[in-house]
Amino acid sequence: MSANKAARVGEEIWKGRIDKVNAELVTLTYGTIVAQLCKDFEADYVEVNKQLDRMGYNIGLRLIEDYLAKSNTMRRCSNFRETADMIAKVGFKIFLNITPTVTNWTSDSKQFSLVFEENPLADFVELPDDGRAQDELWYSNIFCGVLRGALEMVQMQVEAHFISDVLRGNDTTEMRVSLIRYIDDELPPEDD
Amino acid sequence: MSYYFAIVGTQDNLLFEHEFGTSKQGGDGQPRFSEQARHMNQFIVHSSLDIVEEVQWGGGQMYLKCVDKFFNNYVSCFVTGGNVKFLLLHQPTTPVPTASTRSSTSIGANPTSPQTEEAIKNFMLEVYENWVKTIMSPFYRVNMEVSSPVFRQRVAAAGRKYL
Repeated sequence: MSANKAARVGEEIWKGRIDKVNAELVTLTYGTIVAQLCKDFEADYVEVNKQLDRMGYNIGLRLIEDYLAKSNTMRRCSNFRETADMIAKVGFKIFLNITPTVTNWTSDSKQFSLVFEENPLADFVELPDDGRAQDELWYSNIFCGVLRGALEMVQMQVEAHFISDVLRGNDTTEMRVSLIRYIDDELPPEDD
Repeated sequence: MSYYFAIVGTQDNLLFEHEFGTSKQGGDGQPRFSEQARHMNQFIVHSSLDIVEEVQWGGGQMYLKCVDKFFNNYVSCFVTGGNVKFLLLHQPTTPVPTASTRSSTSIGANPTSPQTEEAIKNFMLEVYENWVKTIMSPFYRVNMEVSSPVFRQRVAAAGRKYL
């Protein structure tokens, strides 16, 4: 599916078949989760990142089913570039009504960046000014886990992490996604 | 004109303070409080809280205009829906003659003129808007001091724009 077509599909599904909730509900709920994690782990932001990623992973494992049902594209992406377009233009579109830009491909087409011009999770947010949060906390790290979990269920092992965030004072919010391998269908253990 | 802006929380605790000067009529935006007066500002502002509490339920307005006067210091107040008070102390450079026949329209010279009231109202509304955004941050708790540098910048910008 071409990038343009993916964008159209995403738009169409978003308009037609998606239940909407108030954006502030999402923002505030997610914000509370992150703030509570920071409190529970006593501002150990590395651990908070890990927890967010794990929560996202568990969401992703199940969310992929919902994505496939809603997008009705029961067809494998022919390559990783197509996968990236579908994530950005259909996946993010139908769940969050945003379309991050897919960019910075490596020449082997195994690594790309998602640049978020808007991020509904991060509205109103200002990181704690304890001198460390700005360097250690990846506020929207749940996204990384979601992608990792969702793609794992469709036979792609990926690694995702943020490399910049406007909340930290960077110019852009950018996530790096790398394909590690396609997971081969594993044969069931043979009965002897 | 010099300004001292303070935000007071629901338990009469100070959440934020900022000093600035007028930027209108060629002002450089620097406060011109004397060293002694600076210590007094907090007292003056807090002593006006009693009056604020008296009038805040009267008109159903958030902007209470000029509520208090202490010698050459005027205190204007804005109460948010959550009972947080924005207090602005303004001190004209030259004392206003009490029996002035000529009412000057410049914001700096006449602290109780309708023009000044309007300018302060606009300032308060802009601060209020930014205030709401700031306290929506998930890391903010009620009645916590606001240390956000972004908020401070925006208050300063609102001061430059209207006062």
